[in-house]
Amino acid sequence: MQPVIITDKLTKRFGHFIAANELTFEVEKGEIFGFLGANGAGKTTAMRMLCGLLTPSSGKATIAGFDVYKQTEKIKKKIGYMSQKFSLYDDLTVSENIRFYAGIYGLNNEQIRKKTIELLDELQLQKEAKTLVRELPLGWKQKLAFSVSIAHSPDIVFLDEPTGGVDPVTRRQFWDLIYHAAHKGVTIFVTTHYMDEAEYCNRVSIMVDGVIAALDSPTNLKNKYAAANMEDVFYELARKAKRKAD
Amino acid sequence: MKTLLFLLEKEFRQISRSKQMIPLLLIAPVIQLILLPLAANYTVKNISIAVVDNDHSTFSQKLINKITASGYFKLTGYTASYNESLTLVEQDKADLTLQIPMNFEKDLVRENAAKVFIAINAIEGTKANLGGAYLSSIISDFNSDIRTNWPANPATAEAPQVTVSSANWYNPFMNYNLYIVPAILVTLVTAMAAMQSAFNIVQEKENGTIEQINVTPIKKHIFILGKLIPFMVLAIFLFTIGLFISWLFYGIVPVGNMITLYGSLVVYLFAMLGMGLLISTYSSTQQQAMSLSFFFINIFNMLSGVFNSVDSMPKWAQTIVETFPPSHFIKIMRMVVLKGSGFSDVSYHLIAMFIIGMALNTWAILNYRKTTG
Amino acid sequence: MKELFVFIKKEFLQVFRDKQTLLMLFGLPIAQIVLFGFALSSEVKDSRIVVADYSKDVVTTQIISKISASKYFDIQQTLQSANELQTAFKKGTIKMAVIFPANFANDLQHTNKATIQVIADASDPNLATTITNYITQIINDYNTKSGIATGQPLQIIPEVQMLYNPELRGAPNFVPGVMALVLMLVCTMMTSVAIVKEKELGTMEILLVSPFKPIYIIIAKLTPNLLISVLNLFIILILSALFLDLQVKGSVLLLTFCSILFILTSLSIGLLLSINAQTQQAAMMASLMGMMLPTMLLTGFLFPIENMPIVMQWLANLVPSRWYFIIVKKVMLKGLGIGSVWKETLVLLGMCTMLFAISLKRFKIRLQ
Repeated sequence: MQPVIITDKLTKRFGHFIAANELTFEVEKGEIFGFLGANGAGKTTAMRMLCGLLTPSSGKATIAGFDVYKQTEKIKKKIGYMSQKFSLYDDLTVSENIRFYAGIYGLNNEQIRKKTIELLDELQLQKEAKTLVRELPLGWKQKLAFSVSIAHSPDIVFLDEPTGGVDPVTRRQFWDLIYHAAHKGVTIFVTTHYMDEAEYCNRVSIMVDGVIAALDSPTNLKNKYAAANMEDVFYELARKAKRKAD
Repeated sequence: MKTLLFLLEKEFRQISRSKQMIPLLLIAPVIQLILLPLAANYTVKNISIAVVDNDHSTFSQKLINKITASGYFKLTGYTASYNESLTLVEQDKADLTLQIPMNFEKDLVRENAAKVFIAINAIEGTKANLGGAYLSSIISDFNSDIRTNWPANPATAEAPQVTVSSANWYNPFMNYNLYIVPAILVTLVTAMAAMQSAFNIVQEKENGTIEQINVTPIKKHIFILGKLIPFMVLAIFLFTIGLFISWLFYGIVPVGNMITLYGSLVVYLFAMLGMGLLISTYSSTQQQAMSLSFFFINIFNMLSGVFNSVDSMPKWAQTIVETFPPSHFIKIMRMVVLKGSGFSDVSYHLIAMFIIGMALNTWAILNYRKTTG
Repeated sequence: MKELFVFIKKEFLQVFRDKQTLLMLFGLPIAQIVLFGFALSSEVKDSRIVVADYSKDVVTTQIISKISASKYFDIQQTLQSANELQTAFKKGTIKMAVIFPANFANDLQHTNKATIQVIADASDPNLATTITNYITQIINDYNTKSGIATGQPLQIIPEVQMLYNPELRGAPNFVPGVMALVLMLVCTMMTSVAIVKEKELGTMEILLVSPFKPIYIIIAKLTPNLLISVLNLFIILILSALFLDLQVKGSVLLLTFCSILFILTSLSIGLLLSINAQTQQAAMMASLMGMMLPTMLLTGFLFPIENMPIVMQWLANLVPSRWYFIIVKKVMLKGLGIGSVWKETLVLLGMCTMLFAISLKRFKIRLQ
């Protein structure tokens, strides 16, 4: 089974500044892959290249089997995305948001109907179907945003710091959703600052100054750096960073 | 194509919920079409005139009476000297002065000719023109009157007289509203097409949802269409409301046919929506979009012939104005609504708008591609 | 005190970093002055007309050459048939048709009276009136000259002088209008939007939590726009003097004083508008609908106020720019002094004080 993400010396330069430097790694299907790094380390740049939002300067990468230079349109059909700002429409209701995003990924009316019922059930938001998103509490918004991002059954979903500003209980529930999705075969590519979340991932990569300084399972990393938890691992690697936060 | 439909569905849902859109759609046209023409009435009446009568003769009295009886003028000063009347002009109490010199009647009878002196406050050009025109015409009427009633001098052969019979076509009652309301309708839809569309796009930029769209398989041109089509629809809707109000309040019924009218509208909107898109590509915040669109719309409104005639402008200005889509559409509006011009009559303007529209849209799309990933 | 300067500096930086807003703030008045000043004129020249001479005699040829020589008209073509006339009007290429009927010469010879038919495109009624008047004057002139030649009695000869603006340029009326519009716009719209933007971003809260006194917040928000407006004022005056030949005939000091009064009034209105607006868009719409429109309509520079229905004339008295416009015209164009404008200045002063007090009070309440 071919890995869903394959990168080979993927690089992005902005003028003289090398934001991401020769990134080489693979992500397997159904993996929960954590992408860590300090602010300014190059995480966002890397992720945007993988999503087809940014054209790499050099190197190769395939996402779900499609080339990141020439087949961005095909890639977009196979991926989901959830950004820090959640990107649901505040002035649309829950079901209207589901309908819109499902629709633009090509689901027909019947499929949308089914999906909506399924999602509302899963999130227990049946009563909120007609509520405007801006009136939902933050935690619900974010769970909804995740579910919407996988409504079209993508191969991979990219999550950009999805749990910012949310209480620990809700974060736990969010990760339940992630596990559930991974179990069904969706590959999860998640960036986060929460080190405890790093523990939930199958494998974690840590970017420092534009390169991948470490890539392994949390257990192996902790062993390698003789750290009690991921936080210490991170600290060990990141404190040597030359680049300040952006 | 299906994605476009989903996009449009979302846009219209959002617009219908927007607190700004409903008042804009309903109140703005009402206000602009009703209040503006009320204020913008260039039909000049009640011109204030100060008269200096240094002659105090029958003729001078009669002339003054004729002037005040005409209905165009309001006698606001009857002064003893020219300087006093000038003071009235300075104080804005008189728009013009008429000075009838001493010996006016005597000179007329004895020398066969006498002068009168008119001074017009020319700061406000239209008033000056019209005031002058009305006064000249009254004086000339008066002149014919006294000649007709003057006991004929058999020694003088009657000179040949050429008279002018004037007719006013397309607006026989000289109703200024017919001139200005169609143009105001244009300014209304211009703001909707160029300003609101820019705003809307920039708003998505500002709150981040545009990123989300970029990751989806929605093609850029579909996204653009999805953003512009709702405003095309809204503008057409606004235009229709405007036409209705024009009929209701001013009795304006377009002489030409609706197909020409709406067809021209669509071409015009094509150009102005392109403008809106262009503005959005140069703005990252709403305030910037507002500043830019206000800048251009203001210049368009003032120079495109809404209030002032383009033909009075110097040639270089006219050339610049030729590149403004509104100036063409305003001409088309007046031609179709008042004169019943057809497609072939307005073809020059239609083509002009189309070419400008193509240029604007191309520039906008190229710029959009550049600035969005 | 030092904190106040820091705040004011930040405000300035924000304004000057925003290129698009700068374009509007400074570019608009400059563009308006240059474009409108040069381009707008009420003088009607070179109107395109057609002439149809079905008589083709000495008199008609004379008259036609007089028309042709006149700067008011530009004879496009000579018509052959009536159908062409309709088409020409519909195409919008001509404004008027002058028709000499076939028996013109005959009538003139035998009855001493002949009639020319003049058809004007009245879709622009004022233009139609004006050019009909010009044609009539040319004919009257012809009559007068032929009258004098044969000793016609009782010729009244009017001599017309155009005061203050002999070429009927749009500039003299327009520049004061632009001043009023621009100053009002910058102060009201920019101020209200800037304040609401901080509300939206949430930075307003931060200020309120700080030991920064509320009055200082207000001063800091208003100062940049005040200074930009004064700068704009001088740019407009200099440009008008340089390019439009429009100098300030009266006292510049008086003008500046009254302008600052007006600016402060507009700033207070901006403050008032910002209180209830929740979003930038709302603030902008309120400024546009609530300030821009009344100002354009009721100041008196686009449309003479005397022509409006009484109700609107009364409303116009409530609009500060109306009074300011009168002051500018009197001081700048007519060169009059405080003796002539004391009334308007007093009104402005009253409005300014009242609005400033109200908006200050309400704003402070809102902040607390």
